[in-house]
Amino acid sequence: MRPFLYERADDVQSALRAAAPDGQASVPPTEAAAQFIAGGTLLLDLMKLDTMRPQMLVDINALERTHGRIESTPQGLRLGALVRMSQAAEHPDILRDYPAVAQSLQQAASAQLRNMASLGGNVLQRTRCQYFRDPSWPSCNKRAPGTGCSALEGVNRKHAVLGVSERCIAEYPGDFGPTLAALGAIVETAGPRGTRSIPFEQLHTDSEMPNVETVLMPGELITGFTVPAGPWTRRSVYLKVRDRQSYAFGLATAAVALDMRDGVVGEARIGLGGVAYRPWRSHEAEDVLRGKPFDEDLADAAARAAFAGARTHGGNAYKIDLGRRTLVRALLQAAKMEG
Amino acid sequence: MPKQPMDETPGANRRQFLAAGASAAATPLVAATLASETAHAQASSHPDPRQPVPVHLKVNDQDHRLMLDSRTTLLDALRGHMGMTGSKKGCDHGQCGACTVLVGGRRTLSCLTLAVMVREPVTTIEGLAGTDGTLHPMQQAFIDQDAFQCGYCTPGQILSAVACVTEGHAETDDQIREYMSGNLCRCAAYPHIVEAIKQAKTQMRA
Repeated sequence: MRPFLYERADDVQSALRAAAPDGQASVPPTEAAAQFIAGGTLLLDLMKLDTMRPQMLVDINALERTHGRIESTPQGLRLGALVRMSQAAEHPDILRDYPAVAQSLQQAASAQLRNMASLGGNVLQRTRCQYFRDPSWPSCNKRAPGTGCSALEGVNRKHAVLGVSERCIAEYPGDFGPTLAALGAIVETAGPRGTRSIPFEQLHTDSEMPNVETVLMPGELITGFTVPAGPWTRRSVYLKVRDRQSYAFGLATAAVALDMRDGVVGEARIGLGGVAYRPWRSHEAEDVLRGKPFDEDLADAAARAAFAGARTHGGNAYKIDLGRRTLVRALLQAAKMEG
Repeated sequence: MPKQPMDETPGANRRQFLAAGASAAATPLVAATLASETAHAQASSHPDPRQPVPVHLKVNDQDHRLMLDSRTTLLDALRGHMGMTGSKKGCDHGQCGACTVLVGGRRTLSCLTLAVMVREPVTTIEGLAGTDGTLHPMQQAFIDQDAFQCGYCTPGQILSAVACVTEGHAETDDQIREYMSGNLCRCAAYPHIVEAIKQAKTQMRA
């Protein structure tokens, strides 16, 4: 690990000041000289691999006092960025009213990692693509723009099939992200240019410029999330299919929320994980479901629509079938729930 | 492809960054807000990332004040600087759980925790037994149930198991397996670990 300066911030303003970027430099936030650190479970891992090389770490854990709360109101769910994954996974209001949110966090990582990792950091989790993580691979457009993609013809069993390009097929590995995308969450940030709210679906960028992963600016800090309330959030499911039953990244996952009246789908919200370049919301599948009487054939049609644009690269060809079946099963589970 | 040596930090970038920090500190608004941290501002006017930083850790009820490289993980501080080698380094990337300790009572991976960031009391395997040497019920249960072979993962397993019980996640065998999945055992002593946790749970609640 390369040397870095360490500074502990007491509040948002001191964090922003400490991480203020060099005005002349135009770099993606992941390559900024100063990085915020909360749980550190991603950042320190990648610093040990020499994949991330910050020159300064700004410790934001003291912000837990002001940004560590979970609040459930009739309007929606407010999650501070410093809430730990384990806190949200076990919160009674979330378990009752937003089960997909709780399930996506319960099934992520391990008990230790969930105790450490903040929600704000979790959504910025970077891909598990080994060609990205290991800097001894010369070709990786995400790590070294313009060098190509080693995964296209490499070991790509776990790589993405949705939202990919010939520049990058890395999978977004998180579970919480696809759930936030499905539920139409809003991300709140504070940065050098003030505060802003970003629809979660627009936080992550597409694969055309793989080294730029989000619309965040260098020095911009995620301060919290809002998940809008809706009649669909209680009838929601997160289903994760993986190589082993626990403590593994998802090969295909589905976050599903349904509003149903008399067997007819009113509103449908669908997020997909493990199969996509970024936290994925499938508007195509939602459009198939909306306004129709629910049955397994309808679920199957929705799943076909979700993967209509999928592109595979050999090792991950199975992910179209697996992804479809995962979504169908999640829809069937959600439809059976009490509304 | 030749690898860069670890200490070949891109100097130009760092200088740019530090110069930007210095110019920011010269603006009146920032200078005013930093006035209450005069000592700190002076210390950071010539910052050298290799300069040791003060670290204050409370481990097993004992205070330790150290000067450490900021890169030092809690695991390396415990093992290399404080002589407590009970916490084990397995993968050093947060995947195996061998380094698990309790920080503020919560199970934490000490290999992915910077020592300088720790603010809450730390409990390691060395701090579990009573002062008279009586083993913690979980330690005794691991012995009674033969819950290890080579023993390398055992300190992490035991700390994780203690938290698994105190969190209330040891109600069923399935729940124990799920909430202990962050601790790998290459000897595959898993069935006996589950039995040990069930034995200790009863005693811990008594």
